[in-house]
Amino acid sequence: MSQSLDRQKAKPHLAEEWVGKIYTFLCILFLITTIFSIVYFVASKGLSTFIVNHVNVIDLLTGLKWLPDGEPALFGALPFIFGSFSTSILAACLAAPLGFCAAVFMVEISPKFGRKYLQPVIELLAGIPSVVYGFVGLSVIVPFFRDVFPGQGIGIAAGALVLSIMILPTITTIATDALAALPKGLKEGSYALGSTRWQTIYRIVLPTTLPALMTGIVLGIARAFGEALAVQMVIGNAPHIPRSLFESASTLTSAITLSMGNTAMGSLANNALWSLALILMLMTFVFVFIVRFLEGRSKL
Amino acid sequence: MNSIIEINDLDLFYGEFHALKHVNMEIPEKAITAFIGPSGCGKSTLLRTFNRMNDMIAGTRIEGKVEIAGTDIYSNEVDVETLRKRVGMVFQQPNPFPKSIYDNIAYGPRLHGITDRKKLDEIVETSLRSAALWGEVKDHLKRSAFSISGGQQQRLCIARALAVEPDILLMDEATSALDPISTLKIEELAQELKDRYTIVMVTHNMHQAARVSQQTVFFLNGEVVEYSETEQLFSNPTDQRTEDYISGRFG
Repeated sequence: MSQSLDRQKAKPHLAEEWVGKIYTFLCILFLITTIFSIVYFVASKGLSTFIVNHVNVIDLLTGLKWLPDGEPALFGALPFIFGSFSTSILAACLAAPLGFCAAVFMVEISPKFGRKYLQPVIELLAGIPSVVYGFVGLSVIVPFFRDVFPGQGIGIAAGALVLSIMILPTITTIATDALAALPKGLKEGSYALGSTRWQTIYRIVLPTTLPALMTGIVLGIARAFGEALAVQMVIGNAPHIPRSLFESASTLTSAITLSMGNTAMGSLANNALWSLALILMLMTFVFVFIVRFLEGRSKL
Repeated sequence: MNSIIEINDLDLFYGEFHALKHVNMEIPEKAITAFIGPSGCGKSTLLRTFNRMNDMIAGTRIEGKVEIAGTDIYSNEVDVETLRKRVGMVFQQPNPFPKSIYDNIAYGPRLHGITDRKKLDEIVETSLRSAALWGEVKDHLKRSAFSISGGQQQRLCIARALAVEPDILLMDEATSALDPISTLKIEELAQELKDRYTIVMVTHNMHQAARVSQQTVFFLNGEVVEYSETEQLFSNPTDQRTEDYISGRFG
């Protein structure tokens, strides 16, 4: 026993231990404080529309007219809510089959080529700034829709298409991981019974990875729901519920970014925008909970 | 005994690696044939040529002939799915699908177009009875296949393979992940099944081969060193290497 077990000798380590503990604790404290402050701030601003300005919650959620400067001022946010949901869900509907099939190709059909070239390319899509997506959408998709379909080309369809490309990497990456994590024995077992590759994908791979695929789709919808710039550039920003996919519409995010510079802090119109932000934030929480729930179910 | 599988001058390569060398062999019908030998000697590889599971490994090349019931299974006219329906396989790790016990058994028949509920019920019951599992699971067929024990799962996988009515059942170290009691059950089961099916099993366990098989094949470095009736091979091997292996001098 050459080493001393003395308390004195151990002291530097004790100090290290405490410094580390306190430092990490401070970091997490800072994070939590920030998150709570943001939630509190948005909530207090957003709720003051109802508490201070006495706007009815139901009217805001179901009203069809958004006239902050009108006489009387009307705050019907339904067109925005509708726009947000329709663009993001439509985008997910477009991106989900594409992302899943791309993942199947990369994992099941051509793993070497897929892993080496396709995966990085798809991940690259995630790094393109949203203003670039919006710009491309505005100069390619909108004119194309204008030529092919009746209307101005702007609207839900253009917004959803741009968003679908933006959320494709999320969905593809999660689907690829889920497929790659599938136990090899399951597929072999299916092949050994005389199933074809497609029967195996359809009957074993798809049902087994479904919760993980749904997680990817919900995360995609969450991203699409919160995306502002790219959508705003191609959707037209008319504050009403469109009658077709190719008619100008708005989303919660585009309504906020367009009007926030034109309202004075504390005014009713400004508070109403905060209410929209509150709706956005609450919806994001809902998506996060859905993802948590699905992840819990995907464990076999 | 009639032979059902005939192998003529079979060579198999994984890329550059020569995994099976000039294999010649006949496997008798309605009997148990055991493949023994040290790890990496090619016994699983040969087993997997019988249902063409090696096809899925990129870079596999085959020369020579494997005939099952007179058909060259590597000819272009052979439909792999039909072949696999006739040559069932049970793997080292129990691999039930994440479905109910019932749906696991019905998976194969459904693949091959059986949708009639009554017919499926019947197949599920006969297959589970054949695999000696019916009594243990008949009251909870709707439960997940993961809810039963590992040994039961392996018998479920045997039942699943039997449900498509194969002629041959391949068992790739099917008991090596199981406890001794489950292993014994599967060995007993194999004994019962050999009257109706041709069974080929790969095993790490020489005693298992001696206990259950009628014919034993000894592999070494991709070559078939010796094959004969099990009793003969264990009591009176003709090759020195076989004798060394079974007397425990290596492997």
